[in-house]
Amino acid sequence: MRRGWGNRAAAGTLAVLMGLGLTGREAFGQEGDAEAVDPPPDIVVEREGEGEHAGEDDHGTPHYPLEKPERIAWSFDGIFGTYDAAQLQRGFQVYQSSCATCHGLGRVAFRTLAEPTGPYLSEEAMRAIAAAYQVPDDDTGELRPGRPSDYFPAIAPGAAGFAAVPPDLSLMAKARGVSPGFPGWLIDGIIPYQEGGADYIYSLLVGYHAPPEGEEAPPGLFYNPYFVSGAYIAMPPPLFDGAIPYADEAIPETVAQYAEDVAAFLMWTAEPKLTDRKRIGFQAMIFIAVFATLVFFTKRRVWRGVEH
Amino acid sequence: MDLHALTPYTPRSRPARWLERRLPIVGLVHSSFIAYPTPRNLNYWWTFGGILTFMLAVQIVTGVVLAMHYVPDATLAFDSVESIMRDVNYGWLIRYIHSNGASMFFIAVYIHMFRGLYYGSYKEPREVLWILGVILFLLMVATAFLGYVLPWGQMSFWAATVITNLFSAIPVIGEPITTWLWGGFSVDSPTLNRFFSLHYLLPFMIAGVVVLHIWALHVPGNNNPLGIQVKSRQDVLPFHPYYTSKDGFGLALFILLFAWFVFYQPNYLAHPDNYIPADPLQTPAHIVPEWYFLPFYAILRAIPDKLGGVIAFGGAIAVLFFVPWLDTSKVRSARFRPLYRQFFWILVATCIGLGYLGSQAPEGGYLLASRILTAYYFAHFLIIMPLLGFIEKPKPLPTSISQPVLTPGAAAAQAPPGAH
Amino acid sequence: MEETKTAEPSRRDFLYVATVSVGAIGVALVAWPLIHQMNPDAAALALATTEVDISGIEPGMAVTVKWRGKPVFIRNRTDAEIAEARAVPLADLKDRDARNANLDGGADATDENRASGPDGRFLVMVGVCTHLGCVPLGEAGNFGGWFCPCHGSHYDTAGRIRTGPAPQNLEIPVLDFSDSMLRIG
Repeated sequence: MRRGWGNRAAAGTLAVLMGLGLTGREAFGQEGDAEAVDPPPDIVVEREGEGEHAGEDDHGTPHYPLEKPERIAWSFDGIFGTYDAAQLQRGFQVYQSSCATCHGLGRVAFRTLAEPTGPYLSEEAMRAIAAAYQVPDDDTGELRPGRPSDYFPAIAPGAAGFAAVPPDLSLMAKARGVSPGFPGWLIDGIIPYQEGGADYIYSLLVGYHAPPEGEEAPPGLFYNPYFVSGAYIAMPPPLFDGAIPYADEAIPETVAQYAEDVAAFLMWTAEPKLTDRKRIGFQAMIFIAVFATLVFFTKRRVWRGVEH
Repeated sequence: MDLHALTPYTPRSRPARWLERRLPIVGLVHSSFIAYPTPRNLNYWWTFGGILTFMLAVQIVTGVVLAMHYVPDATLAFDSVESIMRDVNYGWLIRYIHSNGASMFFIAVYIHMFRGLYYGSYKEPREVLWILGVILFLLMVATAFLGYVLPWGQMSFWAATVITNLFSAIPVIGEPITTWLWGGFSVDSPTLNRFFSLHYLLPFMIAGVVVLHIWALHVPGNNNPLGIQVKSRQDVLPFHPYYTSKDGFGLALFILLFAWFVFYQPNYLAHPDNYIPADPLQTPAHIVPEWYFLPFYAILRAIPDKLGGVIAFGGAIAVLFFVPWLDTSKVRSARFRPLYRQFFWILVATCIGLGYLGSQAPEGGYLLASRILTAYYFAHFLIIMPLLGFIEKPKPLPTSISQPVLTPGAAAAQAPPGAH
Repeated sequence: MEETKTAEPSRRDFLYVATVSVGAIGVALVAWPLIHQMNPDAAALALATTEVDISGIEPGMAVTVKWRGKPVFIRNRTDAEIAEARAVPLADLKDRDARNANLDGGADATDENRASGPDGRFLVMVGVCTHLGCVPLGEAGNFGGWFCPCHGSHYDTAGRIRTGPAPQNLEIPVLDFSDSMLRIG
């Protein structure tokens, strides 16, 4: 009797917390569904591709993406993850070469390109990048060369030749996530896996294929089974082998490498404080664990000799 | 046992005596949190009251800080949150604490509520304590909902739209009430601004009701795992240092879990779509509330009628107010109620099941399951609880808290250890 | 309880003290982010530079620009004003420090150390009275320089405090003249 419930209570707490988390994690299911890896073919309908959210579906709940993103080993995953400055610099190069024409990066200030936990460009290089952009002045509204305090300019409607403005990429790596379904998400919570957005971007960029047999891509759309809101996406394949020359000759100039680098870069634009967060987090967890241990022994000391 | 700690506070120094004659606040704290006689057999499920108080303080402190940087305007709200995340010193930390704090708050409150249900903490003479708790839960639900709207992402916006539209189900006055809530003809800046104001107000109302809740606890005293009344000094311990240390350990473990989410899974309990700025012209493909509302959301969607769904949604919480009178059993603790204990765990499973269904599309088998579980949820409170008191044969109760504790043999004979 | 205390007082005391201390350190560590968040954020720090085209400012003209949310006086002084400022002996000054961010601390408050731009014609300084933060009026006061209407501080034509409650000369920010452009900060 004496310790029956009490001890089981302590041990069971975590299990219950996990149980409650279970119901919550399913909220992630919205963009992809556990049971939906292979949807029946009649659900694969033509989709509007211009917005990444392609609106409603007359054929029941859509089960996109058709394929789960591939999981990449990132420098920034896990408990001790940090951004790889060289990779972020390459990713920025890919962004500038292949994405920037159509996709803005409006929440990123030029100054952050020099941050030690980010791409870590030199002050001069960062200023030169800023100055190469024309940005509207806050006071006069006139275009002038960018300064470190300015932000990457937004893409004006129509500027990229689309009716709709392609989405800004600043937060893309946090605005996309595909649930692995049960029990994968539970394991993900513990690993801790939080790179779903970067994996999604990578898979999308390498995921252009010919449509399945018997299907034909609608005009202006491209088959991509990783696209979150349909089987067809309006964005043409943006990357080609060898299209972007890297300064470091050891790095392969392949679509896969480009995609990985730009996905890492976009993870940084979405979560620039990730390195700080993980570093401080580890220290904090150790500190709290030490404190909890001390409180535990204090508690045991206080209760020693007390029947309860 | 440190019996002298149960004695009232006597000021020793001159300034202390001076203050005590004019404002006996030190004596109040002493009698409430130091000498307060607490049953000696409370287990770790009882630490969640203290954890909840801690979470309220965390949310108020981080919330006040965030309000220094947040702008409640439809065109600026999303940007201001992003500037907190990117530019404000430690803004990312404070915001992640606040957003994950809401989830941790609900984890703690659900455990606290189920603990009350398991051990019959709502029964005479603690009905008012329970009702104040349900009021606190309602205030928490409102505060969490209002707060979720503030980042003004896609999920924020559509949550605000869907929930405010619930009011339009009210006959005749529904539409004017909804318009009044919005301050316009859709969810927009006026809505956001008033939601911000109310989100700032409600936590202080929660704090006020918490004071009443603790007051209503300290009049009859704590319930305990045996569910029997305290009979003698032998049954109790002074709150400090026994329960300060025990609550402290429970709290430290809870903070460890909290820190895990803040530092290593800050967006795990959130939704990716809320990193897309609100777009009144496009609803996300699936909208689901935060995890802690999913069971209620499943109940809402289980009813194929607008008004009916809203009534069931509200009724799911309202029924809790009547629990003290719906439970007809004289025995408090489920330890001595073999049938109720089983139904309790079925209820827990039902709520988790409803939570799962709330996250799924409301169609086919999911919808059918939602309806069955919704029916069971209400049946538990409205049919099973009242009936059990009549048909259940409780196990014999121990004569006092200290008796089974001090004589283990007797305890083993009378109350097998939490067997289930 | 009493037995426990007498049995092992030191260990129990140590445990208590250690637990409470670690807890207090934890609270202090958490307090820092809550305090530091009120300091200027990264965006505010980055906006620390203002550029002004000074080609249109003729002798005797003054413009006021905003830098870090504060007014900066840019005055192209007349010859008379310059002569007047240069004639003041250091001994007459209330504050003998140049208060010039472009110079090392402790430089004398001579006109040469205060003036800037081509031929030292320009006087560029933060237009905030060093008393309690009001904005002084130009070409006013007993010394023909600036006069703060709030509490009656008089500054001369080199922006130096001469009489009144203000303790220091008007502050000169970091400046960079290049052709017709002036960068402040």
